[in-house]
Amino acid sequence: MSMILLIEQLLNGLQSGLMLFLMAAGLTLVFGVMGLINLAHGSLYMVGAFACAGVAAATGSFWLGLAASIAAAAAAGAIVEVAVIRRLYRRDHLDQVLATFALILIFSEGTRWLYGSFPLYLNVPEALSGSVTLPGGIRYSLFRLAIIGAGLAVAVGLFLLIGKTRIGVQVRAGEADREMIAALGVDIRRLYTLVFALGAALAGMAGALVGTIQSVQVGMGEPVLILAFVVIVIGGIGSIKGALIGALLVGLTDTMGRVLLPSVFELFMETSAATSVGAALASMAIYILMALVLIVKPGGLFGARA
Amino acid sequence: MSAAEVTAVPEGRGGRMNRAQIVNAALALGLLGFGLVAWAMGETFLVTLATKVAILAIAGAGLNLVLGFGGLVSFGHAAYFGLGGYSAGILAHHALNYTPMFEWPFLFEGTTSMPVIWITAMVIGALAAALIGALSLRTTGVYFIMITLAFGQMIFYFAISWPAYGGEDGLPIYVRNGFPGLNTLDPVQFFGLTCAVLFAVLGLIAMLAHSRFGLALQAARQNRQRLMAVGIRPGGVLLVAFVISGAITALAGALYADLNRFVSPSMLSWHLSGELLVFLILGGTGRLFAPLAGAGLYITLEHLLGGVSDHWQFFFGLLLLGVVLFARGGVIGFLAGGKRHG
Repeated sequence: MSMILLIEQLLNGLQSGLMLFLMAAGLTLVFGVMGLINLAHGSLYMVGAFACAGVAAATGSFWLGLAASIAAAAAAGAIVEVAVIRRLYRRDHLDQVLATFALILIFSEGTRWLYGSFPLYLNVPEALSGSVTLPGGIRYSLFRLAIIGAGLAVAVGLFLLIGKTRIGVQVRAGEADREMIAALGVDIRRLYTLVFALGAALAGMAGALVGTIQSVQVGMGEPVLILAFVVIVIGGIGSIKGALIGALLVGLTDTMGRVLLPSVFELFMETSAATSVGAALASMAIYILMALVLIVKPGGLFGARA
Repeated sequence: MSAAEVTAVPEGRGGRMNRAQIVNAALALGLLGFGLVAWAMGETFLVTLATKVAILAIAGAGLNLVLGFGGLVSFGHAAYFGLGGYSAGILAHHALNYTPMFEWPFLFEGTTSMPVIWITAMVIGALAAALIGALSLRTTGVYFIMITLAFGQMIFYFAISWPAYGGEDGLPIYVRNGFPGLNTLDPVQFFGLTCAVLFAVLGLIAMLAHSRFGLALQAARQNRQRLMAVGIRPGGVLLVAFVISGAITALAGALYADLNRFVSPSMLSWHLSGELLVFLILGGTGRLFAPLAGAGLYITLEHLLGGVSDHWQFFFGLLLLGVVLFARGGVIGFLAGGKRHG
């Protein structure tokens, strides 16, 4: 295995980890602040991707599409929060799971109704197409590099928002004691809608960016949703820092596992057997990682509550 | 909590018990009657549909043991369903292709005998549930939901990427496996067999619910601290329930594989885990016959709405949302009255 390929895959792992972080951050905030498990988060990711594909196709501009994805996902999130989610905060987790499962059916089937079952493809914007040569002579896709940059920028922005701003203080206070902050005169309902829309916007942005690399289709949010759950379990529910570390761990383990495990098995097996054993084990690697974290720290790496 | 409350069984007590029992009897007779009338009228497709309801009800009954009685929201029960299905598929695959499954420590050539397949499926389901349960039960609440979901996905992706038994394409079973004394290829005989299994499973769960173990299980849902205070470890009770539940759901999976004569990773998908939960909420969580009522309603709706629109899941989603938000207690709660426990 050449060094260049290894570094390229490391970058791919970093990129998928950062996109997972955008998903997981919203989920973990919503759970931390509102105590709600939201399966429909993957649907917001899909909404973002379809909004980007639709607007980019209509206007020819990827950037307008990206802006539309964030706006559409935030709007869809706010509407869903006001219409449905708001009624679920006081319910048990089973009701939350089933109601948001119903939302997935509605979103997925509704999107299939509007756009059909065929995947849509987005073009990488002209300014970011092609590849760059990194120090050490590694050629890497400029767009993927830009996604890494965008993911890092959003992560920093989110930490500043939660850590330094008035809204962040309210969010953290909401996590700690929601009655008290309501008593102090914060409009808790508006805060909840805001947090939900913020999480939705991040998911929508991730959907548009990943949709550009892969494809935009119904059901694209579901595998990502489950990976985001694994991230949250590893990082600890409610912790943004945990979501970042967990997302990077999952992204890197998944990508590197797929590349490395088959060649590890090739050391003592025939090539074809090594490929299938390696691929099968690689598909399980992140779940094994999750199980290991659970055995050592059942509350996740940075979890406040179990 | 008074002693009477702890011993309350999910059917409720006193006057309501009769009403719940009438509803249960009507559901059981309804399933049998539907299947037999469809057979008498020569509607083989409807007999198969009724068989599907019975099998999904068995899977739901497995989940009901941990969810309805133990209060554990497992979002990964498709894992046991699929493992049961693959047990049937793989055993039959080796037997039909005359390729021995393993030669050490003894020669084993696979089998097409349902009783052997069922036992294998249940043992494998129980083992998987023991492993997954032991890890997942270290956590509670939302963590538990997400972890059971994640382990279910792990097995799903394993089935997709492991090429030996069909991988993504699935594994066909060319001839339906046999049961001594029956012709399982006859739809009505297979229907009768699945109904017998369903009622045996429901009887077993009713028996468990009334036993000391079942009372401890329900107490684990209501108040873990109190259970510990009387000297019972909730973790052990819940794990045993989880293992039994996995075995029952795996048995349903083996039957489902034989119904379709096909196993594929879709039996392991998280949508199926979600559907099993939906059966219980539609039927009425914690009721003994909830899985039958829920599976029956779901398959009926799928059949009716599916005939009206290709996008029936959109309308089903709206309906499910309405049930969760406004109509708690499900079908049996509506028909039989009585409050939800838990």
